[in-house]
Amino acid sequence: MRAVRGGWWRTGLGVVFTALMLFPVYWMVNVSFTRDQDMRKSPPYWFPVRGTLEGYRAVLEQQGPYLATSLVVGLGTVALTLVVAAPAAYSLARLRPRGGGVLSFVLLIAQMIPGIIMAMGFYAIYLSTGVLNTVPGLIVADSTLAVPFAVLILAAFMSGIPGELLQAARVDGAGALRTFWSVVLPVSRNSVITVSLFAFLWAWSDFVFASTLDQGGAHQPITLGIYHYIGNNNQQWNAIMATAVVASIPATVLLIVAQRYVAAGVTAGAVKD
Amino acid sequence: MSAGRATRTPVRPARASVPTRGRELRAARIRSGQWAAWAFLAPVMVYLLAFYVYPLYRNVDLSLRDYTVRSFVRGDAPFTGPANYGKVFADATFGPALWHTVVFTVVSLVFQFTIGLALAVFFSRNFRLSATLRALFLVPWLLPLIVSSSTWSWMLNSESGVVNAVLTAVGIGPVNWLTSPDWSLWSVTIANIWIGIPFNLVVLYSGLQAIPSHVHEAAELDGASGWQRFRLVTFPLLRPVSGITLLLGLVYTLKVFDIIWIMTRGGPSDASTTLATWSYRLGFGNLLPSFGPGAAVGNLLIVIALVFGLVYIRAQRRLGAA
Repeated sequence: MRAVRGGWWRTGLGVVFTALMLFPVYWMVNVSFTRDQDMRKSPPYWFPVRGTLEGYRAVLEQQGPYLATSLVVGLGTVALTLVVAAPAAYSLARLRPRGGGVLSFVLLIAQMIPGIIMAMGFYAIYLSTGVLNTVPGLIVADSTLAVPFAVLILAAFMSGIPGELLQAARVDGAGALRTFWSVVLPVSRNSVITVSLFAFLWAWSDFVFASTLDQGGAHQPITLGIYHYIGNNNQQWNAIMATAVVASIPATVLLIVAQRYVAAGVTAGAVKD
Repeated sequence: MSAGRATRTPVRPARASVPTRGRELRAARIRSGQWAAWAFLAPVMVYLLAFYVYPLYRNVDLSLRDYTVRSFVRGDAPFTGPANYGKVFADATFGPALWHTVVFTVVSLVFQFTIGLALAVFFSRNFRLSATLRALFLVPWLLPLIVSSSTWSWMLNSESGVVNAVLTAVGIGPVNWLTSPDWSLWSVTIANIWIGIPFNLVVLYSGLQAIPSHVHEAAELDGASGWQRFRLVTFPLLRPVSGITLLLGLVYTLKVFDIIWIMTRGGPSDASTTLATWSYRLGFGNLLPSFGPGAAVGNLLIVIALVFGLVYIRAQRRLGAA
């Protein structure tokens, strides 16, 4: 009985709050369908009644390469993050390295360093090593957004794996590497997926590294695509907002898909206790 | 009997040696265990040294030398010690940038926290659709910052923005949100508050869930009104979580660069410049970059962020211990 209380007026109020909060998102979608000649109309059309797909046509024609680059950068960041973070998390959670506590502390601190400062250091290094304006360079920089988070989240999950499971693997003669690969990783699937989704989203959304390390690159991500659109004093706001809508797709997918995985991870931990 | 004796004799030395052999074995296992543990940590150690420590070291190095574009490429800039820091402190932009950082951070935190807390209390009573609506509140937090920033830019556009259309309709009149020095800092702060509300809502909501329901019921039985219950029961019990939310929010807000740069570029005439955007502009925003002072500003920002970061970690440890 206590689960649902307060009746419909709370639901009504909740819908109003949510609508107010999401109004900018709605407005982005609405503007993306607005015709050029209606763009400066006052008062504006509140609904896309005389909508156009002109903006989305512009996205298809002009933003394809940017979207492809973002996809590659995102996937590359996920791969690099997992390769570095998963073994480290296993070690911190299960193998009790001396100095592991200090390392966890360092990772916690690393998350707090402003991106703009990392960008300047990377710029100096990339310029002298010739990695500036390359996709691999951007992947490495973007992965710094995700690696500390990934190690800490995966370690938290892996320390919850039942000890008997790892014991059984050892009895069967599996070494640390074998245990990690065929027991720990498969069991940690949900947390690996969660970490991957966040790493992808952060790389996809990154603007600081893209605008400093890939400003003159042949392959630029979608955040720079939008930025150039605005910077060119482009008045085609339907195209800008259509690009923004398309760039928001991964976030939407994450919200729908990862909600389940985050919840799965939380309940898995709760069941174990 | 004699067989027993016979067997006992060889057993004795064997038994005596068991503990030492066991200890050796265990020590060996721990040693090989440590070896394996560090083998698994090797990638992340190399990674941290190459992609965290080294860039930060280069950044400090940048701030201590007098770089020009040419010496930046050739890497032979003269060492000038703290000269760049002196230059930064003496710059006319330093005072305003520091002040804007404080205003932006404090105002953002106050509103994000207050609105987030009110929403968390509102959602803490389960009602129909509450889980779905709460999930929808996460959207602004997950959107790429360039998406939300450009959306706000267009909404706040002086002539064609929807905000001014509404203000005109209710008779207040248009405001030059992004182009007037009186308003640009407030505009970027409003956008940042909007982006930060979901984070505060989620953390405070989980904090509220951790308060046992019988505490509320007891207060209700004692005849406390809704506001009294919040002020005297909920809020004090939520204080540790509130502290952590605010500190983490503080560290994140100090870092904010994208929103301000995309919406106003720190302008007009530095009216919305913070330490983060100033650092970027010095290093990358002009045709002639001044990397040294830019890195110096960045390092000042790191020091400020780390001070509050350490306070946060201490607070969290204390909460974990309690």
